[in-house]
Amino acid sequence: MLQQPYDVEVGAGTMAPETFLRVLGPQPYRVAYVQPSRRPADGRYGENPNRLYKHLQLQVVLKPPPENVQQLYLDSLGAMGIDLRQHDIKFEEDNWESPTLGAWGIGWQVMLDGLEITQFTYFQQCGGVDLDPISAELTYGLERIAAFLQDVDSIYDIVWARDPETDRITSYGDVRLAEELQFSVYNFEQADVEKAWKHFELCEAECKALLEGYALLSKAKDAGDGLARDKRRFPLLPAYDLCLKCSHLFNILDARGAISVTERVGVIARVRALAVGIAKAYVDQQQGNTTADESSKEQKVLTAKKETMSVSS
Amino acid sequence: MPDFLLEIGCEEIPARMIDAAQNELASRVGELLARESLGLPAGVSAPLTTPRRLSVASTIADRQMDVTEQVTGPAVKIAFKDGQPTRAAHEFARKAGVDVSQLEKIATPKGEYLAAKITKKGRSAAEILAESLPKEVSSIHWPKNMYWHKPIERFARPVRWLVAMLDSEVIPLAFAGVRAGNRSNGHRTLSQGVVQVPKANAYVERLREAKVLGRGEREQQIRKALDAAARTIPGARWREDKSLLETVVNLTESPSAVLGSFDPEFLELAEEVLVTVMRDHQKYFAVEDPNGQLSPNFLAVLNTDGDPKGIIRHGHERVLRARFNDARFFWQTDQKHPLRERVQLLKHVTFQKNLGTYYEKTKRVQRLCSWLSELIRQRGRQIRPGVIHKAALLAKADLTTELVKEFTELQGIVGGLYVRVQQLDRDMADSTRRAIADAIYDHYKPESMEDSVPRTLEGAVLAIADKADSIAGMFALGLQPTGSKDPFALRRQANGIVKTIAEHKLPLSLSQLFADARQAYQNSGAEKKFSAKVDFAGAVRDFFHERLEFYLRDVLGYKHDVVNAVLAAGSDDVVDAMARAQAITKVRASADFESISVASKRIKNILRQASDTGKHAAGAIEPAALQEPAERELAALIPQVTKRVDELRVQHEYEAALAEISKLRPTVDLFFDKVMVMVDDDRIRANRLAVLQTLLVNFSTIADFSEIVTESKA
Repeated sequence: MLQQPYDVEVGAGTMAPETFLRVLGPQPYRVAYVQPSRRPADGRYGENPNRLYKHLQLQVVLKPPPENVQQLYLDSLGAMGIDLRQHDIKFEEDNWESPTLGAWGIGWQVMLDGLEITQFTYFQQCGGVDLDPISAELTYGLERIAAFLQDVDSIYDIVWARDPETDRITSYGDVRLAEELQFSVYNFEQADVEKAWKHFELCEAECKALLEGYALLSKAKDAGDGLARDKRRFPLLPAYDLCLKCSHLFNILDARGAISVTERVGVIARVRALAVGIAKAYVDQQQGNTTADESSKEQKVLTAKKETMSVSS
Repeated sequence: MPDFLLEIGCEEIPARMIDAAQNELASRVGELLARESLGLPAGVSAPLTTPRRLSVASTIADRQMDVTEQVTGPAVKIAFKDGQPTRAAHEFARKAGVDVSQLEKIATPKGEYLAAKITKKGRSAAEILAESLPKEVSSIHWPKNMYWHKPIERFARPVRWLVAMLDSEVIPLAFAGVRAGNRSNGHRTLSQGVVQVPKANAYVERLREAKVLGRGEREQQIRKALDAAARTIPGARWREDKSLLETVVNLTESPSAVLGSFDPEFLELAEEVLVTVMRDHQKYFAVEDPNGQLSPNFLAVLNTDGDPKGIIRHGHERVLRARFNDARFFWQTDQKHPLRERVQLLKHVTFQKNLGTYYEKTKRVQRLCSWLSELIRQRGRQIRPGVIHKAALLAKADLTTELVKEFTELQGIVGGLYVRVQQLDRDMADSTRRAIADAIYDHYKPESMEDSVPRTLEGAVLAIADKADSIAGMFALGLQPTGSKDPFALRRQANGIVKTIAEHKLPLSLSQLFADARQAYQNSGAEKKFSAKVDFAGAVRDFFHERLEFYLRDVLGYKHDVVNAVLAAGSDDVVDAMARAQAITKVRASADFESISVASKRIKNILRQASDTGKHAAGAIEPAALQEPAERELAALIPQVTKRVDELRVQHEYEAALAEISKLRPTVDLFFDKVMVMVDDDRIRANRLAVLQTLLVNFSTIADFSEIVTESKA
């Protein structure tokens, strides 16, 4: 299935709900989407030919991974016009970890003629939840692949569009350079630290409040249909958006140099607490959607059997 | 006897894990074959070890031998009544699986018993291997492993195929949902993929056709390819790098190499930075010109058969250019804030959560450095305290630079490089700045026992102070290494201190060094976190005793008993302990010394037995109580020899001192020949024990001779 990019700032395609939430629980899922990924500390004022504040990832999630997933991946490079017989391809150990998401996996960086073009990960845990089944996540670095295919040294020299009538070229620099420069200035120099902290705290507080609301609902005794419905319509997805905002604000504060190394660990733990809380609640909510009804049915069958037995004896 | 083959086909196993896992697999299979009487561990080989496969092969028995054993049953007098078998006899025969008529009578010391011969049928190799191999495969230890199939079996990376064969028969086994067969896979891009293995001993040949080479062959091929590629530049050579070579060997199945070049203008960046970028980020070998200077080239090892059109070289060159651009960007950005300004930034960098920031560490290390330089100066060594003081101040400032954040392995080195190009004080002499730079550059050294120690005395003092501060802080918190747990690599750091003191021959006492290092924490915030339960001095002493033992024995190669003897007489002064070990090693073979060692053991035994039975030595030798001429002679000789030995010991003339001690031999031998120590007379016995006690104490200051292993026994 193809999806659209998610429209909240994320540091990586993994953080979009299409990956973070979909890899949880037992439901098989296969999706691909392009995700703009914003990493304020990676900004280089548009001066570095290879690093960007915002870059594009093609994110592919295969849950569970097919047995020939690696071959499928290699075939995808062929589909992009890369003839592997002409190149040197290696899978080098690189295990991915996101402390803010409580997520990690095992995998490789895929090196094409020495260029890291893809992060290939078998997710093991997400939001602190052990995954079953496992998902394979393929993250393609689109700017790098485009620069490779077009044989240009700088990302900004990538031909982004060509006017079919005049052949006039619009480069990636034409469409992106100003953004890289201005966001670098903002993230490194001008972001209002105090206000960013306030935003962070507001988003964190609201996210926490929602999680507490869901926890209360889970403790409620009433096993009737009303509770199941309340759980199903409970806004966990908006809670996750708030968590993403916290993560992005943390990244801005970090780039701004406003978080000391000591504080850093603590703030990461705060964001992780939200992500973990959402993951657990989401798993519970999904179970409610599918199995809660079935298990109550099962319960009824059991009671019925007991009654029959007591009659016959 | 059939050929056995097992291949575990995987997605790419991390290069660093392959060799250890292959060795473990081979030894596990070897033990299994031995345990099941199917083969010998020595017969197990590893035909192909690549990123995508581990394998073992061996010629083995096709089945276990049948084993016949005799089992003993009931006594004949119980088994037979009136010549007729009783119930006991029938029962035994049934259990043994034979007819009563087949039972034998055997004579035993306890009388006549019934016995039966039971034949245990040997099982087939295929049956045993199918049952046991999956267990061995799943038991391989990985530094990091994963699930991919179901959360049950783990492996370093997904297992995708298994080949398990006895000659041309497939062994019916399965692991992690994969059933073994006779289909392997060739090189990813150079072969058609699936490879049929018609029989076990055709494996290597079939895979070679599919462009998969064994480990040894790949290493040779890479060396040859690197030589050939480097030779295209006259006089150039590739820089040998053992661990990089091991890595690329285990990243390839069919290797070749390309020579690429980079813009010579990047050579203005420090060589250390260029080499690190090439090695750690790109796994390239550096190339040097005939003068040993870095040449603007690199060698990349490929996992394919060549690059006829230069496409791959072109790609690698572009990537390296980008990497170097990045490094240059970091270097230039870092210059905006010189190191002297960055010292303040260390207030925000945590050293250890209970030990405070790197700024606090800097201040402590500076203080410790001052004390150490003063001590070393007093003992007559030329030292530049000003250089050390400044170097200690700036040593950790590079932790705040972009270059170190990007390339952490360059910590210290970057600090040294920046001091070389930055102004520190306006009127500082160039030579002084260079000395400061060198001390900072070297202060993480030695990183291992193979690594060199800091080049200068100033660098050595800074390196020792930095490591001693970390060790003292962690020990005071009660966080000393235990067993395999040593998260802060304190053992490595302590080894580094020992090696640095030894090679610079520093007149330092370890107990004094750590008393000072502990003192530097006084009145700090960290001190409040220190554990009251810790015996700091004792714990550090025991820790360094072990480290020094390791250094003398495993690094310098002294004999086990010599090291024990030397350290029993003190492990506080590294240089002194080395001198004593050297002296003892020289004289230990002489007959006189051997005899002294034997006598020492004997004296120790006598004194121990005496004290075990509550009989003690007199407080001092009482001349009036000396009776035999032999004991009088020994008692008279002890003070004379002690005086000469003490004089020589102060001069560290240990060989001469040991020669003096050896001269006691005839007198000591005579004493044991003529004098009975454990006599009934309390006064005479106590006095004789006192003679022996004095002898032992006075001559154990160089080594505990009783530890020396001798041919004759005491």
